[in-house]
Amino acid sequence: MASVATLAPAHEVAEAALAASRSAQCVVIVEEISEAEVRFAVNSVTTNGVRRDRRVSVIAIVERAGVLSSGVATRSGSPDIVELVLAAEANAASAPAASDAAQLIRGMSDADFSLLAPETDLSILDGVLGSLSGAFDRARSSEITLAGFAQHSLATTYLATSSGVRRRFVQPTGSLAMMGRGADGRRSSWVGVGTEDFVGVEMETFESELRRRLEWARTSIDLPAGRYEVLMPPSTVSDMITRLYGTATGQDAEDGKTIFSKKGGGTRIGEQLSTTAFDLFSDPLESTLRCAPFVSTSSSSSEISVFDNGVGLERTSWIKAGVLERLMYHRAGAARSNAAFAAPVDNLILSAPGATASTDEMIASTKRGLLLTSLWYIREVDPATLLLTGLTRDGVYLIEDGQVTGSVNNFRFNESPLELLARASEVGKTERTYGRDTGAYYNRTAMPTLRVEQFNMSSVSPAN
Amino acid sequence: MSSNSSLDRALVSSLSSAALERASALGASEASVRVEEIHAQYVTLRDGVLETTVDDTTIGMGVRVVNNGSVGFAATVDLSSRAASHITQQAVDSASRVASARSGAFELVSEPGHGEVNWTSPFRIDPTSVPLAEKLELLSDWSRRLLNAPGVSHVSARVLAVTEYKHYVDSSGTTAAQKRVRIHPALDLVAIGDDGDFETMRTIAPPVGRGWEYLLGDGWDWEDELARLPELLVQKLKSPSVEPGRYDLVIDPTNLWLTIHESIGHATELDRALGYEAAYAGTSFATPDQLGTLKYGSSIMQVTGDRTAEHGLASIGIDDEGVEAQSFDLIRDGVLVGYQLDRSTAAVAGYNRSNGCAYGDSPLHLPIQRMANVSLAPGASDGPSTQDLICGVERGLFIEGDKSWSIDMQRYNFQFTGQRFFRIENGVITGQVRDAAYQATTTDFWGSMEAVGGESTYLLCGAFNCGKAQPSQVASVSHGCPSALVRNVSILNARAEAGQ
Repeated sequence: MASVATLAPAHEVAEAALAASRSAQCVVIVEEISEAEVRFAVNSVTTNGVRRDRRVSVIAIVERAGVLSSGVATRSGSPDIVELVLAAEANAASAPAASDAAQLIRGMSDADFSLLAPETDLSILDGVLGSLSGAFDRARSSEITLAGFAQHSLATTYLATSSGVRRRFVQPTGSLAMMGRGADGRRSSWVGVGTEDFVGVEMETFESELRRRLEWARTSIDLPAGRYEVLMPPSTVSDMITRLYGTATGQDAEDGKTIFSKKGGGTRIGEQLSTTAFDLFSDPLESTLRCAPFVSTSSSSSEISVFDNGVGLERTSWIKAGVLERLMYHRAGAARSNAAFAAPVDNLILSAPGATASTDEMIASTKRGLLLTSLWYIREVDPATLLLTGLTRDGVYLIEDGQVTGSVNNFRFNESPLELLARASEVGKTERTYGRDTGAYYNRTAMPTLRVEQFNMSSVSPAN
Repeated sequence: MSSNSSLDRALVSSLSSAALERASALGASEASVRVEEIHAQYVTLRDGVLETTVDDTTIGMGVRVVNNGSVGFAATVDLSSRAASHITQQAVDSASRVASARSGAFELVSEPGHGEVNWTSPFRIDPTSVPLAEKLELLSDWSRRLLNAPGVSHVSARVLAVTEYKHYVDSSGTTAAQKRVRIHPALDLVAIGDDGDFETMRTIAPPVGRGWEYLLGDGWDWEDELARLPELLVQKLKSPSVEPGRYDLVIDPTNLWLTIHESIGHATELDRALGYEAAYAGTSFATPDQLGTLKYGSSIMQVTGDRTAEHGLASIGIDDEGVEAQSFDLIRDGVLVGYQLDRSTAAVAGYNRSNGCAYGDSPLHLPIQRMANVSLAPGASDGPSTQDLICGVERGLFIEGDKSWSIDMQRYNFQFTGQRFFRIENGVITGQVRDAAYQATTTDFWGSMEAVGGESTYLLCGAFNCGKAQPSQVASVSHGCPSALVRNVSILNARAEAGQ
């Protein structure tokens, strides 16, 4: 990886900001981000980009008559540190007592805190780029048009606090996604993968799966709207379940305005959500899905607090054996609600005990149903039921007697992810996946294939 | 909080000179430099208590080059001449690295140099210069008033304010210095019934290209909206669930703008129509071979793209490819007659000139074709009022405020909800209904538009959060429209869709 060290080392910036601080307590977060990407469409590379970003956030914590308030300021690049600290302190001075106030944690130093941040560049995509010309040639000869996107980023977080915390974490994030469309406009399919480093990501494997699905689509079948048995492969399960995760905020549930609100007050923690013994959890140490093992945030919200910066993150069970176990609370909120602290973690895993079937095995055991390989434009319709609407895209297939017999027109669906868990009649093995709709925001997920009865296809979409 | 830019003319000149000279030395046929500073401030209160503050400044530069028929882009937050030269080298290297996988040359339609251009959006009070304490005071006051109203259980209040300083320099001789501001205040109310059921309602004041004066009453009557909101919410909670079926709809601009955005705005983007967004944002049913013939809607439908509208969120002087802001037809008398263009898609499709729709949401992102202010024209100055349109409906719904939205990748099938659905019976509003969503196919919907309101019903609405491209970029855009009467539209019951 190339490195052009034209900015001061991140750890020195963090220390300088702490030194300039005049507030009672101070938190500094420096994020070093480098990114590289290539886009392609109409069987040609179209655009590309490389960039280097640095964001410096200072959180000033002031104490007035024993009450804590916080103020935040963030600047990119190489900011005037004194101006930045003063801006954060001015914001803290204007702020009322913080409802999320808690004591900063002490200690915890990473030995690599003073190391420079690694950078990525386009060379990490050489394998993809080297394969694209051949892939485009093969696509043209098959009257297929390819489009897609490959990207890689390295984000290094430096967290330093006036209470002695010095943490550093390097988060690699990559993805490759590609869709193919037949010249007749009737056939299309999509495949995508999340990766840390593109090791083992073979374009040939991608092409092969894309072609398998396009072959399935040689036969087109028109079906009406209605309720169908469906198989949802891991990527589409990820697109729905990450929406559930995004709603799992304890305070919102207590306020009575989410699917996790208990009628009459409180939350549904402890309630059985599904008869299948699903486990939905996050774990910073999960292999291939590793993510930051400590809280790092430059702004507070109902589930995360700037006062919690540096607090360790561990495996968190959101649903255990089908029972809602945790909702997200920062430390102050957890104390107020007599709940467990649970901050958002940047990965998500859904599994069921003993589930080992592959998607192909589940296809083989299907009498009649739809295979949904790609969902799109998913939005919340009703917060009370977490009803989501969205569309199928680039890959709905009919399964009959264990075989895929053709592609089916697209549908608009209306479904709730919690209902999908409740109605799942079979669960496959859990594997790393990448959601078409949400993968750009939830890169690190592992999900099983689900068989769901009575999936609500609300109307037919003429899009193809 | 302060909003002065640290980008002075001398700094921008030295950075752009370093980049353009390097590009020329490397043989690039075209080069452009954007040096930008973006101030974004965000404040939220939950039940009157401060929850979130963001005070963020992004400053950086990006260079796009065309070299040997291939395009390259590189960007950095390091504002040094050395860095400007370095990212130019990176952009040229990137163009070379991907060239073997290109099919055909990357070309830009020509645009004359415009010399020095200075442009500022109209505003009175830069919203990012307003002290945090003043913002908190206003939002706290509004929250308290709403929380004190009978039936209101919770109130979330927020305001997002942005000030952009955009400097653009290219090898054709354009040097533009532009400043624009925008603001989006909103309050969400929650009412919880005795049975634990709940309803929500958000203010329908649109985001606008104005300053802090917007919250003080310029362009919106906040006192009126805040006074009406609690009772409307309580009524909604007590309202019956909608009976699904087909209804005539009278749609207020505060809801219709989003339908325009999704089913017209995105569908008339030429990059989508040509297939360049096929992998992600999607394509369009409105393909170029149908230009001049596609019956998009009824003959009263007149739609323009416009980057010059006063207070428009997508308004600008010079776009991010050095093209002068313009206004142009997209749909005339119900027929597709135009597209939104940037210089590269214009070249692919054989246009002589871009109509100025290039935008990068940050100096670190490549400019791409983004949406102009796409607006539906109203009827005559003495045309019907919203009440007149309602009077013409026997069995229907009147919809205010946007909420949920979703549309397929070719912009055919859509589903929208709203903040308020009022039942219309024999030309009279008879109360609200709950759980309603409308679903239609784009050309069917616009083909059923029987009437539009007169100029008095016209309102500029819009969004801060329009997403597109990979890597994802966010753009702000306005849509002006009158109230409209659309016949025979499918209405769903959301609770029934959820199986409840």
